[in-house]
Order: sequence, then structure tokens, then C-alpha cells
Amino acid sequence: MPSPDVQDLSKVEEGLDALDSPATTRTEPGWRRFVRSALPPLVALVLLVAVWQALWAAAFWPEFQLPAPLAVWSRFEELAETGRIWEVLWTSIHRAVLGFLTALVIATPLGLLVAKVRVVRAAIGPLLSGLQSLPSVAWVPAAILWFGLNDATIYFVVLLGSVPSIANGLVAGIDQIPPILPRVGKTLGAGRFAAARHILLPAALPGYIAGLKQGWAFSWRSLMAAELIAQSPDLGLGLGAYLNEGSNFNDMPTVITAILLILLVGIGIDLLVFRPIERAVLRTRGLTGALT
Amino acid sequence: MTATLEHVQSGTAVSLSGVSKVFGRGPQAVVALDGVDLKVAPGEFVCLLGASGCGKSTLLNLVAGLDAPTGGSIELNTSRPAVMFQEAALMPWLTAARNIDLPLRLAGFGKADRKAKVAELLELVRLGGAGHKRPHELSGGMRQRVALARSLAATQRVQGTDEPALLLMDEPFAALDAITRDVLQGELLRVYERTSTAVLFVTHDVREAVRLGQRVVLLSSRPGRVVQEWSTQDGAAEALTEEITARLREVISTHAKS
Repeated sequence: MPSPDVQDLSKVEEGLDALDSPATTRTEPGWRRFVRSALPPLVALVLLVAVWQALWAAAFWPEFQLPAPLAVWSRFEELAETGRIWEVLWTSIHRAVLGFLTALVIATPLGLLVAKVRVVRAAIGPLLSGLQSLPSVAWVPAAILWFGLNDATIYFVVLLGSVPSIANGLVAGIDQIPPILPRVGKTLGAGRFAAARHILLPAALPGYIAGLKQGWAFSWRSLMAAELIAQSPDLGLGLGAYLNEGSNFNDMPTVITAILLILLVGIGIDLLVFRPIERAVLRTRGLTGALT
Repeated sequence: MTATLEHVQSGTAVSLSGVSKVFGRGPQAVVALDGVDLKVAPGEFVCLLGASGCGKSTLLNLVAGLDAPTGGSIELNTSRPAVMFQEAALMPWLTAARNIDLPLRLAGFGKADRKAKVAELLELVRLGGAGHKRPHELSGGMRQRVALARSLAATQRVQGTDEPALLLMDEPFAALDAITRDVLQGELLRVYERTSTAVLFVTHDVREAVRLGQRVVLLSSRPGRVVQEWSTQDGAAEALTEEITARLREVISTHAKS
């Protein structure tokens, strides 16, 4: 005779729930995470600077081709002390952010249309993927002829760089939704718009965010290309123009400082803005494979 | 959802007459269903039994309105049927509670109302303490219970409704291990007793069909037709299981090549 306790279904069920639930992973202490994730890139950076210093000390190349790390550092300090750095950074970053946000507003409905409307996909789907492999710097000459040397040219190039990435990311995200989810949505009573808002968009979010990340990278590098090529006092002094200035004066420390700043902004925005969003989105879905 | 209603009431919840479904056209056409007649009374629990390819899932999709029949007619005297699939198919970005909340939101319930209903449904499937968990933190059985609560939520209407509810279940326990399946069958019966919903339950497991259903309907394969049906109300379950299994084997044997 089984005991009455075991006969009680709720007890059995509780036991099963406890046994079958996936084990929750414990969070590791902060310093260990720091050691594991931040230390390797720091060590790599230190090594890189050490090799650079050694190459400079060996004097393989003349000074104007390979300056000392310290020479670049003092140029950076000079830029920071005169406050010019803020002007340069502001000019470029506010353009990139504005361009990126505009691209977001254009690309999101565009991506939805391409993903959900067969004719639209057939018509512009290939074009959208093709545009991704066309370096947007190729548009600079045309844009200068169309719009002249002003902000319109810059934004045009930035948009052509980032809109395809964001739209394609959204399309990929929607294509990868398990077909059962929209079906379930239908049986739960979701109409076309409710399904888009409550099921399609949240389900496509991981792909969409990957597209946003790439879209940001593309808009940043398109901007740099545009600033580097389109030279005019009307355009203000952005990072690209600053880089060009260094090149014109054969001033290698300025050139390297500009390149490092461009890298720093690109990586910084990715790490400070997109990485946390991506982590949060993946974590709630249990997609922690890439995060450990 | 509190009172135990008179289960088998008069009238019909679902009525299928001469329903057929053909996939494809011309010589490649596959007849999935051929002249299926079936009636389900309000509050009745009917199991559709059949081997692979008998079109039982197709039939369920037709009743759910996910697909249209090629011929015949389907009449529903119920609110929009709720569906449960073999996979729980929970929204992975929502917690268990928010998954149950989703159909209530879509139906336009107010916030306080939704909160109360979600708590009630979570209690009903004995997941009171797991509402904050995400699907990936739940076991397969727990996920399927959330899916059950969610489909029950999908039968609710703001104004309340006189129409009986209908729950369509497409092998909901087939992917679970035997112990969990056994427990969930018991759970389903318990939940069924406490609601007034009619259930159309698709399975290929004779034992499951006999245990759960008040009526078992056997479908043949390619094309799917109703072969025979049994009531489980009278007679011993063991003998009935054997009888139905024998008949099922017979039906499957007709598909042998030689």
C-alpha cells in the first residue's frame, strides 16, 4: 500500500518540479569576473604598447613614420588640455548618433515590410543585402555633387551605411522566429498589429539588436570616411577632419591620436550602450552561451 | 471557474460534417482527411486517436481556425478555441505569469482583473510560486502546465460569455517523460473537473485516450476517416484499452505493402 502522502498528486508534482527544474547557475564574485573578462584585453594592450616602444627604440623606421608611444600620448594630452578634444568629439559623435537614430526610424518599418510582405522582399531584399557589401564611402563623391559640401552629404552617407544593416538585422531576426510562436499568437487572439507588437517584434529582438550593433558600427565608419573625404570649413572639425589635418602636416602623432580616438569611440559606444542591452535581452531568454 | 458545472450538457459545442482536407494539387495531392463527421458536446472530453498520418493534427488545426477545410463544414458554438501544442511554445522573453497574462491583455482585460486571474490560473496548475520564472528556468512539465493555464486564459472574455469554452490539445504530453506525463494527465483531469470547458484531445497513445476521454474516436490513416468510436463511461478500462489497441493495429496493418 502506498502511503497517502505519495497518493497526493501535488506532492509528486512538487517533487518532480524540484528534480526537473534546470539548476540555476550561481553568480561568481565581481573580482573573478574582472580577472576573467577585463584582464586579457588589458594585458594584450600593454603588450602591444611594449612591442611598439621596442620597435621605435630599434629605430627601424624614421620618426615621422613611427613616433614613440609617449609622443602620441603628449599629443593627446595637448588636445585634451586645449579643450579641442571636446569640440572634435562632439562634432563627430553627435553626427553619428543623430544619423544612427534617423537610420533606426527608417530601417525598422523598412525591415518589417521586407520581412512580412512577399512582394517587397522580392523587390528590394537583394538590393538591401547588396548595399551592405557596398562600402558607403563609395557614395561620398555622388553625395558631394548632389548636396554640396554640407551636413546633408554626411548624413546621406551615414544613412546608406547603417540603414541596410539595421533592416537586414530585423529581417533575419523575424526569419528566425520559430513558426509555432506566431501560430500560438493567433490562437491567443492576436490580430495583425497585436501580433507584431506582442510576438513578432519581441521574438525578433535578438536579431534586431545584432543589426543595431552592426548598424552603429557602419554609421560610425561611414561618418569617418565622409569626414575624411568631404573637407570644408562649413563642416566643422570632426575626428575625420582632424585625422586629415594630421596627414596634411605629415604629423604622425596626430594621425595616430585620431585613429585611436576613432577606435575608442566605436568600442566605447558598443561596450557602454549595446553590450548591456544585448546581455539583458539574451539573459531573459536563457541564451547565455555567448555571455559566460 | 469555481463551480463544478454539469459536464455533458445538451447541444453541441463543435460539429464537423463531411470535413475533408487535401494538401497539394493534381497527382501529388495528399488527402489528409476525408468526410469526417464529429460532434463534441459542451463540456465533453473527446480523444482523437490514430497512428501517424491520420490527419489528427490537421483536424485540430481546422477546428482551431489555423487552416481552412477543402470541403465540408465546421460549426463552432463556442468562444474562440484555445490550443495547446506538443511543445509548450511559451514566449521565451516573458515570465510564466506574463505568458498567462498575454491572452488576457489581448482580450482587453483591465490590469487589476488580469492580475487576479493570472494568480488564480497559476494556483490552478499549482505554479503559485513560479510566476516570476522564465520558461528556460522551468522543467518541461512545468512549461506545459503554464501553457495549459495560458490556453485556459485564452478562453476568457471581458463581458463574460454564455458560449461554452473549447480546449484543443495536440499531443500535449507526448514529449514528456513517462512519470511527468502520468502526473500531468492527472492534473489535466483535475483542472477539467474544475472548469466547464469541452476538450478535443489528440493522441496516439491508447492508454492515455482511455484514461482521459469520455469518448475515444479512432481515425484511419491516409486518408483520415472516423473508423469507430467508444464510450469509456461503461466497462473496464483495461479491457477497452485492449479492444481499441487491437482495432488500431488492424487499421495500421492495412497499410502494409504486401
